[in-house]
Amino acid sequence: MSLRIIVVLAVLTGISGSPSVTVGPEADSADMRAHPNSVPETAEKTEILGQQEVIVQEKVEENVMATGELNINHYPARRAAQVVQHYLNTRYGSPYRLLQLHKIHRGNAEDVADSERKYELEISVQELMGNTTGNCSAEILFPRGERQHSPQVQASCEELLKINTKAQEEALYQQYKMNSGLLSAQNLPDSYGHIEPDMKPFWHLGIVAASFVMLNESSENTLYNMAQVANITQLATENDQLKFDCHILLHEMVSQEIIHWKLLFTWSPPDGVKVLQMEQLPHRHEGEKPPNTN
Amino acid sequence: MEKKTLTFGILGVFLLILSGILETSNSLVESLGSTQSYDYSKYHSMDEIYRWMEDVKRGNPELVSSAVYGHTYEGRNITLLKLGLENPEGREKKVIWVDCGIHAREWIAPAFCQWFVKEIVNSYKTNKKLEQMLQNLDVYVTPVINVDGYIFTWANDSTRLWRKSRSTPPPGSSCYGVDLNRNFNANWGTVGVSFDSCANTYCGKSPGSEPEAQAVMDFVGRMVNQTLCFLTIHSAGQLVLLPYGHPEISAPNYDELVSVGEAAAAKMKKVHGMGYTVGTSPQILYPNSGSSRDWARLIGIPFSYTFELRDKGEFSHLLPEEQIQPACEEAYVGALSIVTYVHEKTFGSGTLPNASVFGVAMMIWSIVMAVSLTTGVMV
Repeated sequence: MSLRIIVVLAVLTGISGSPSVTVGPEADSADMRAHPNSVPETAEKTEILGQQEVIVQEKVEENVMATGELNINHYPARRAAQVVQHYLNTRYGSPYRLLQLHKIHRGNAEDVADSERKYELEISVQELMGNTTGNCSAEILFPRGERQHSPQVQASCEELLKINTKAQEEALYQQYKMNSGLLSAQNLPDSYGHIEPDMKPFWHLGIVAASFVMLNESSENTLYNMAQVANITQLATENDQLKFDCHILLHEMVSQEIIHWKLLFTWSPPDGVKVLQMEQLPHRHEGEKPPNTN
Repeated sequence: MEKKTLTFGILGVFLLILSGILETSNSLVESLGSTQSYDYSKYHSMDEIYRWMEDVKRGNPELVSSAVYGHTYEGRNITLLKLGLENPEGREKKVIWVDCGIHAREWIAPAFCQWFVKEIVNSYKTNKKLEQMLQNLDVYVTPVINVDGYIFTWANDSTRLWRKSRSTPPPGSSCYGVDLNRNFNANWGTVGVSFDSCANTYCGKSPGSEPEAQAVMDFVGRMVNQTLCFLTIHSAGQLVLLPYGHPEISAPNYDELVSVGEAAAAKMKKVHGMGYTVGTSPQILYPNSGSSRDWARLIGIPFSYTFELRDKGEFSHLLPEEQIQPACEEAYVGALSIVTYVHEKTFGSGTLPNASVFGVAMMIWSIVMAVSLTTGVMV
């Protein structure tokens, strides 16, 4: 009798397969347990003391790792490609044309001449106002170590400037050249992401001017986007160039900081955007008195 | 005499029935009103969100309850909505955690949490799968964790891009706030942080020093054994981040986390064509430590993700309101994909004969063993 029970149970167990076929998460002990890879508390404390070294070490390792063929989804290629975007906007951007990185197809990075890092990228870039894309080959040279200068970019793009913006640019230029009612606008976009349609060209101009700063300030350890045109004021037209003074907010992704810059720039359809002056504004904290302004 | 009593009796019953009808129609209007007249395609102030939580709870009592599980630095309630249905077999519910608004300026995140609740409320009665999941799972949604910071971003034009909490400056500093997503007890202070209180990635003076982070750790910590999935919603960048933020530590279920994340991203792309990149933070964004996602994984919650919603830099945190709906639609699909996977893995997709036969076999076996042991009868 008891033997029969055992046999029946054994058969039942056999049919249902091995005990590890379950639906509960308990079986996946590796998943559920706080696992041994975590850095234990004591180690954390000692690490903090030597923290400076640890972080520098890691930064160096990062740079060393991102050499050779790059993973197109990883941040080194993305940061280098963003620099190309800024470069293209300084060259081709206008109130009616902005270029944005669309896809990274291929990337390669290598150390060059002991003090520089060279990236080679194949990317596609999108014309924001038209939704068309074009392919670009670019080379970016970042300085390494103590010598800090802006990255150097070379890019050649095929079929990039597809949309004809000449008519719109000319119309805008004529409208604002006359100095009858100089433009003044704030918060492009506003807190809700909204921009009045007839202010959009000035938001675009702000992005183009900001691209000069973002290009200059970029490194392998930054990712810049323009967050907002806090203020853009038109000054008297000079040498047939529309002239603007603007206060822009940049967002730097890695530090998550908002950086304020003041720019003086000109624009005309034939000459594009030219930045005359750029000045970083100090990050004023609450409770600090504003500096004396003349 | 008897006639009068009878008349009063009938009148009483009649009034009872009438008031019953009025009440149900009121709550019907309320539940319709609470989710239908609220504009989910606009950004809402904290007052509006608090009021909305009350409305959703009152309008859907069989599904929604709420809890205050902590207080911010400035003393405000940190409130969650709990979505769940009674389990027909009285089985223990498992937990899904969703939080939004750790970073004050990422307005699309609280907008998504509200959208997420609305979708579930509006569809669970007609979606059998969702109903089944809600019988097995309690979904805890916190629309805004960093309430003080969120309110601060609504103060005026110059505060819109605030990121941190609003704790007062430490001694010797004039800078407010801690980056709550660097303050969790997960390899705290090791990488991707600043010890400068003026920095936007300031990790605070110790892990969990900030009440907002501690509130999450306390509450979720008590439920850790039942918690299957932890989703924390941010913007921007269009990324699905898996643990860990430290470049030298990887989760034991890394492969599964990647495949589940990729499946979610694929579904998200089908909605409006937007691509979301999947990977660890050190791979696709930057190394960091002390994040809520890392803390969740570290204490044993198997599926933990950070969603970075739209966009990829054109507007960044100032995402236009006309993008709220499409951003939420794709994020909902992504979140649901992960929750569904986790549900299927835990509860199965329906009847699993193998499991139940095995269960019965084990039950008989253990009864036999128990009987034989207690009675001393050798089997």
